[in-house]
Amino acid sequence: MTTSPTGSLLAAHDLRKAYGPTRALDGAEFSVHPGEVVAIMGPSGSGKSTLLHCLAGIVPPDSGSITYNGRELTAMSDAQRSALRRSEFGFVFQFGQLVPELTCVENVALPLRLNGSSRKDAERTARGWMARLEVDDLTAKRPGEVSGGQGQRVAVARALVTGPRLLFADEPTGALDSSNGERVMELLTEAARSTNAAVVLVTHETRVAAYSDREVVVRDGRSRDMERAV
Amino acid sequence: MSIGHTLLGLLESGPRHGYDLKRAFDEKFGHDRPLHYGQVYSTMSRLLKNGLVEVGGVEAGGGPERKRYAITDAGITDVQRWLETPQKPGEYLQSPLYTKVVLALLTRRDAAKILDVQRSEQLRGMRTLTDRKSKGDWADQLICDHALSHLAADLRWLEPTAARLDKLRKAVTR
Ligand SMILES: Nc1ncnc2c1ncn2[C@@H]1O[C@H](COP(=O)(O)OP(=O)(O)OP(=O)(O)O)[C@@H](O)[C@H]1O
Ligand SMILES: [Mg+2]
Repeated sequence: MTTSPTGSLLAAHDLRKAYGPTRALDGAEFSVHPGEVVAIMGPSGSGKSTLLHCLAGIVPPDSGSITYNGRELTAMSDAQRSALRRSEFGFVFQFGQLVPELTCVENVALPLRLNGSSRKDAERTARGWMARLEVDDLTAKRPGEVSGGQGQRVAVARALVTGPRLLFADEPTGALDSSNGERVMELLTEAARSTNAAVVLVTHETRVAAYSDREVVVRDGRSRDMERAV
Repeated sequence: MSIGHTLLGLLESGPRHGYDLKRAFDEKFGHDRPLHYGQVYSTMSRLLKNGLVEVGGVEAGGGPERKRYAITDAGITDVQRWLETPQKPGEYLQSPLYTKVVLALLTRRDAAKILDVQRSEQLRGMRTLTDRKSKGDWADQLICDHALSHLAADLRWLEPTAARLDKLRKAVTR
């Protein structure tokens, strides 16, 4: 299988990653286009999270290439990669991503503050995103004082506040009941589509995957892009 | 679905004309399949014959769609009985997908591919339903949720099956 499909925002080719004797990734392929929502599916332990971490430049693969917007991720320095993550990527995980000592609006504003925005500007933008995720009534609360579903919406708002071109989400609804999970997905994909952000979504929930445009199935560290396989 | 019982149920809130009945049915229950006028009239004449409805008046110059139907006491009893009778759980022991997988294993074909293609098709259907559910009214949400739950259940069978194809192949070809 060849990669770097034309026009892709992020493309990976022949990714390999071993943890001791475990081949977590064993020749994985991946691509996502601007504004596209791609679901990564597959059995537990198949390498989904490892793939996402490699794609996002969090974990370096042992070999293979990852191109983001024409730049080779594996050739960058750590500093360059983290600058890229801060400016272009957003992240949502299953648990515990909000800073417990900060209020919800301070949490959402945090990435903007780290990029040098004033408190006032950052919190104004943060409030706007919280409204889109329907949690603007929680601005003054701390993460410990909100429900799981509300916390995930705050986390999604925080992931989108910098206007990332690519959002990485690993089981973002994994800790939620199904109706809450679906609502979070609905809001997440709506918000991403409205800003033309691409989404890489790891999930084992098919109803959550149904919010994607396309799925990639990982098995034994190898991925199969169903659009190209059929 | 029992069209007769559904139309009867719609009449419980008050008498309606034939065209009005069809409209109410399509709006709440028609979804992808609106009723034909022919179905309405054949159903209504059967209900009439069985004494479950009566004709309350015909407008001047009216064809059958101008007939005004009202539910009878026997009709109300019939609806009540139908609502209280549980539906038979679906028959799932004759699944074409099961047959395909077993045949592929028996003939040493690529069963994983069959399941992958099925998953992909299933998700395609789920995407359409999800989209319709997001944009639709309460009726769309309710019916799409029902369909989505069934498609998701098929996938809950598919995933563990895909994960143990090697073992299954040995068992099947023994
Ligand atoms: N940091 C690590 N150290 C050692 N082994 C690891 C590490 N991370 C992952 N692995 C192993 O790599 C394989 C793939 O793990 P990964 O977390 O990518 O799976 P996954 O598909 O995300 O599973 P799940 O659905 O359970 O989250 C597993 O066998 C796992 O045990
Ligand atoms: Mg994982």
